[in-house]
Amino acid sequence: MMKDLRLESRLDTLTNKIEARKVQVYYGTNHALKDVDVNILDKTVTAFIGPSGCGKSTFLRCLNRMNDTIPACRVEGLLTMDGEDIYDPRVDPVQLRAKVGMVFQKPNPFPKSIYDNVAYGPKIHGLTRNKAELDEIVEKSIRKAALWNEVKDRLHAPGTGLSGGQQQRLCIARAIATSPEVLLMDEPCSALDPIATAQVEELIDELRAQFSVVIVTHSMQQAARVSQRTAFFHLGNLVEYGETGQIFTNPSDPRTESYITGRIG
Amino acid sequence: MSSLFTQDKKTTARNAAEKRFRAYGVVAITLALLALVWLLISIFGAGLPAFRQTFLTFPVTLDVAVLDKQGHALPAEMAKVTTIGYGKVLASSLAAEIAAQGIDTGGMTAKDLADMISEESAATLRNKVLGNPALLGQTISFTALANGRIDGFFKGRVTMESAKLDKNTSPEKLVLAGKLRDAGILSIRFNTGFLTMPDASDKRPEAAGLGVAIIGSLYMMFVVLVLALPIGVAASVYLEEFAPKNRWTDLIEVNIANLAAVPSIVYGILGLAIFINFAGLPQSAPIVGGLVLTLMTLPRIIIPTRAALKAVPPSIRDAALGIGASKLQTVTHHVLPLAMPGILTGTIIGLAQALGETAPLLLIGMVAFVRDFPGAPPSGLFDPASALPVQIYNWTQRSDPGFVERASGAIIVLLVFLIAMNTVAIILRRKYERRW
Repeated sequence: MMKDLRLESRLDTLTNKIEARKVQVYYGTNHALKDVDVNILDKTVTAFIGPSGCGKSTFLRCLNRMNDTIPACRVEGLLTMDGEDIYDPRVDPVQLRAKVGMVFQKPNPFPKSIYDNVAYGPKIHGLTRNKAELDEIVEKSIRKAALWNEVKDRLHAPGTGLSGGQQQRLCIARAIATSPEVLLMDEPCSALDPIATAQVEELIDELRAQFSVVIVTHSMQQAARVSQRTAFFHLGNLVEYGETGQIFTNPSDPRTESYITGRIG
Repeated sequence: MSSLFTQDKKTTARNAAEKRFRAYGVVAITLALLALVWLLISIFGAGLPAFRQTFLTFPVTLDVAVLDKQGHALPAEMAKVTTIGYGKVLASSLAAEIAAQGIDTGGMTAKDLADMISEESAATLRNKVLGNPALLGQTISFTALANGRIDGFFKGRVTMESAKLDKNTSPEKLVLAGKLRDAGILSIRFNTGFLTMPDASDKRPEAAGLGVAIIGSLYMMFVVLVLALPIGVAASVYLEEFAPKNRWTDLIEVNIANLAAVPSIVYGILGLAIFINFAGLPQSAPIVGGLVLTLMTLPRIIIPTRAALKAVPPSIRDAALGIGASKLQTVTHHVLPLAMPGILTGTIIGLAQALGETAPLLLIGMVAFVRDFPGAPPSGLFDPASALPVQIYNWTQRSDPGFVERASGAIIVLLVFLIAMNTVAIILRRKYERRW
């Protein structure tokens, strides 16, 4: 608690978007996440780093309740977005996911056209009244995802025909087409080559202006490059959370130091 | 130092083993192909003649004195004349035509001449006249079926030697048949009746057709498709996408797998008990056959459908859920369309199995001798009908050798249906196959 207060004082005027208090996650009898306390800021890129199996993806998937689809998974503790408990029984997870978009590790466009991929979200949420509005949202989303120039002439070609990097940017366009408030990214660059990675990273930096972005990554360089805040997870514990510069240059926990210097992980 | 050009003992032995294994494979495939070829040759050899039939075409004088003794042309009075009367008319007309053409009958009696015409033709003529009494007194050109023995003579089934021992025919009749063919009265043509006419009694193989059986089978396939496809797909989607994974769903899963292996006759007993004895549905009706086959087909549709749903990558579900689609939207918009080729293939193969199923139909009375065509659906579904595999089974039981060719011909028809259905399945699979 002390640590949190110290961080708060150092932060600028940005507000907390998501707050987690004593979050526990169990897979059956396996206690996967223990006592996670974290404040995710609005209009900020927050990176979750840590060795494989440390629980960072699990925590990410708590934020839009994607863990609900795993029958054995149980979440305890308090998770709020804008002060509202997202695990409240009154919350419809489907509605929540429209506000908290997600981009997955492997690019997973629908086997439909590029246009239909992006238009799907706005369509099912009824965000548009006519075709012209839908066209506008599709174009805006693809532009924001820095993909427009590459696909504007073939919007009706299948999305699965794009290259890996383009597919991932298409998935980002699809996720932001519903105008979410938070964008979760689960290792979005792990299947991409360095050039595509650079494009996606640049994009993440631009998206920060509108969304709160949470990114899980295995690459510490990537965390250092794109994020303003970093959380280090280890064996189901949130070991350290703070400003990215501070975590990488002057970690307060010896485990964080061991990990970023490559001694554990 | 060993050279690369000489093989050591172990390599030689290994290569020899591989060569032997390949040889076993080739032998196995050859045996399988030979069996298939043998099967096809025997079926087509025996069955193809069923598609050709011997007909007698001659002018028939519809004698009012015989067919309408009162001369009032009233249907009620005319109906009193049985097929025997019409048989006499046919025989005398044929005798007159033979005399007119100057063909030597070798001293055959009128009864012998009448024997050359199928008994079925008298009934056909009677129906024709009763349907149109204005024909009375006219001379019409009529095409009659030749007797099964005459037909068999031209197909090689009946020979002069066998005719000598046969009470139903004689060498003289066969000789006359040859003469009639030369005179153009007797001809051998494609037999549409085999596909359109109903079954005929034991003594008339020449008139037996698959009409009722084909319609019965089509009705049943319709019932199976309408019931088994939606129920099977809904059950699969629920089990695969919505059901909690617990002991109950495990139990259901094991039971579905077991039900697919239950002998089909068991479904027949079940159908007899439930649909006929309990629900009171009519015997021999396509609706009951369809219901029984639906029960039998359901697990055979559910298993491939679930496999097809499982084969849809989870990343697609994640993508849809992550965007905020509901579970149902995820399934209907993304999972089902991607699984559709697998579902359709499974369904069509399930239907094809149902089409060829005999045993359960025997138990619900579809083995009955049915000559009346069932009516149009939906009420026709409750009329008695036959089914293709049961008709084959039936014909193999008949004593007249003419039914051997009918049964084999029916097998060809059934095979054509099955091959057509499997072709559709393959085309659908090819067409909608997606790579992701």
